[in-house]
Amino acid sequence: MPNKTFFWFFLPTGLAMILFIGLPIISTGIQSFYAQHDQVVKEVKKCDPFGCTVSIVVDQEKTSKIREEKPLGKFNGFGTYVDRNHLAIEEIGKFWNETNSFGEFVDQVTNLPFYKALIFTLTYCLFVTPNVLLLGFIIALSLNAVTRRIRGPLIFGTILPMIVTPLVGSLVLFWMIDAEGIIGANLQMLMDDPYLSLKSSKTLTWITIIIYGIWHHSPFAFVVFYAALQTVPQEPVEAAIIDGASRWQRVRHIVLPHIYPVVTFVALISLMDNFRVFEPIIGFSAEGSAQSLSWLIYDNLVNEEVILFGSAAATSMMTIVGIAILLAPVLIRTWKEFRTAR
Amino acid sequence: MEYGLDKRSNALKIFNTTFIIVWLLVACFPFIWTFWGSFKVRADFFSRADWWYAITAFNTLLETGAKFTTDAYSQAWTEGEFWKASRNTVIVTFFVVTISLFLGTLGAYALSRSTRNYAFWILIAALIFRAMPHITLVSGYLFPFFQLQIWGILPTTIVVLVAINQPFTLWLLYSFFKTVPKELDESALIDGCSYFQAFRHIIMPVMWPGVITAGLFSLMLAYNDFTVTALLLNQENHTMVPKIQSYLGTNQHEGNLMWAVSAVVSATAPLFMLVMFFQRQVISGLTAGAVKG
Repeated sequence: MPNKTFFWFFLPTGLAMILFIGLPIISTGIQSFYAQHDQVVKEVKKCDPFGCTVSIVVDQEKTSKIREEKPLGKFNGFGTYVDRNHLAIEEIGKFWNETNSFGEFVDQVTNLPFYKALIFTLTYCLFVTPNVLLLGFIIALSLNAVTRRIRGPLIFGTILPMIVTPLVGSLVLFWMIDAEGIIGANLQMLMDDPYLSLKSSKTLTWITIIIYGIWHHSPFAFVVFYAALQTVPQEPVEAAIIDGASRWQRVRHIVLPHIYPVVTFVALISLMDNFRVFEPIIGFSAEGSAQSLSWLIYDNLVNEEVILFGSAAATSMMTIVGIAILLAPVLIRTWKEFRTAR
Repeated sequence: MEYGLDKRSNALKIFNTTFIIVWLLVACFPFIWTFWGSFKVRADFFSRADWWYAITAFNTLLETGAKFTTDAYSQAWTEGEFWKASRNTVIVTFFVVTISLFLGTLGAYALSRSTRNYAFWILIAALIFRAMPHITLVSGYLFPFFQLQIWGILPTTIVVLVAINQPFTLWLLYSFFKTVPKELDESALIDGCSYFQAFRHIIMPVMWPGVITAGLFSLMLAYNDFTVTALLLNQENHTMVPKIQSYLGTNQHEGNLMWAVSAVVSATAPLFMLVMFFQRQVISGLTAGAVKG
């Protein structure tokens, strides 16, 4: 296709992506270097028969004037990145000097908002991704062994958790595990503890969200693996059966090598999706004990008094860096393949 | 795997069947339970006394005189203004799907027929864009949109959703266009068609399965979106998913939690119907990138 024709065909979609994905990333980058204005204060002298007092009040007029003149805020450089709510360089230095043991130091650091969110996000990815791959593969294997006639409805039932939006999916589960819901109430009876609530402990909340994540993402892994299983060649499998290979040996040495490229694809996609975990935290009302990077950004953007653009942007930039680190191995591999292909 | 030589032991068969039944219960029961509970009053579905009330409908019987009640639905749709939210969802979804498909088919066709290096790099860039968490993009939108005073209205959200959706649509349609033989449009070009005519009259007629699949995924993205619609739309223009969240936040109302339950059922039902009809397309879309690549 000539360059000119390509240009015209690609222009609309290219423009949409540049304007609404490319530019926003740049805009986020610029915003992250600015912070909202401080409030302008003035001294007010109040005199009454007993004497004069000087009090400091916010000058509303001047404050709003400055905000109007420079809506982006004041230039802050990397200030937002290193403040207490983000990388907290100073605080970490202080903890390092003040704490006695390494455990105590780690404890202090993981209580800082950014690191707390980072650790939750990574834990979520670490537990959800492998389990999704495993469960998806097992479901695919066992559905593949079912008579073809009834597979359709079974597949429909299997993919339900995936097609609802995460907020709805987590709400539906949350209503069941709530202390007043069916699972929550039965757990209380089983454990003989009338105050048991999945919400009350941090560990239980984390486990709940991770189980939700596995429930929500496994169907995707299942669908891809199931399709890949249909393309496994029959001859080697039959040969293996004749040679007396056990079922496990067949899966291990024929099926798995065949679908290996698909496994990396699913792992990559679900890693990317898990890294942006955010809606379940709202669905499970778990803000208290579980916060993710995306949730931090959301929280800054829905702030009641003044939207913290700078803070949200700084967290966003660091999230993008995180995504880049996750994607780097894949991109490097693709680039190498591309170079050798030329 | 049904191979003629493969003899499964009975134990394995039983294990397999049990596993599938357990998994299906785990996957589907929450939805069935919520559907059932949406016809009860709050004191039954969220029973402080005994969860069994949700089945026997003890309080529902006391409060309404029947075992099933549609109060939650009628209140949510009228008083809760869920009708407005679903109207907005229909508008957003319709325009996102149409515009996405229009832009996506043109772009993906060009990518699939180009042999240059830049086509490869554009696909890689699309993959990187696909990985961006939506909330980071939203934090980039908010400030400029406030300044331009285009925040809160439906058209802005539609354009944003179209753009966010493009990388995935491009990849999906690209892999579908790759399966259409090049000779088809090349012969049309030799006969004197322009590229656009070949695209319009020769390629598109055989591309319908791919277009339907891509359309379904655009639809699911627009229909299910929470991040963009919750932050870029004002209260008045909220679509279904942010509306459901707003029912959760205002908990002073006794009825509001049941509004959320009935709203969840109302929002999920059309989606399930759609997937039931188009199951084959959904599955082919999910696997298009994976199995071939």
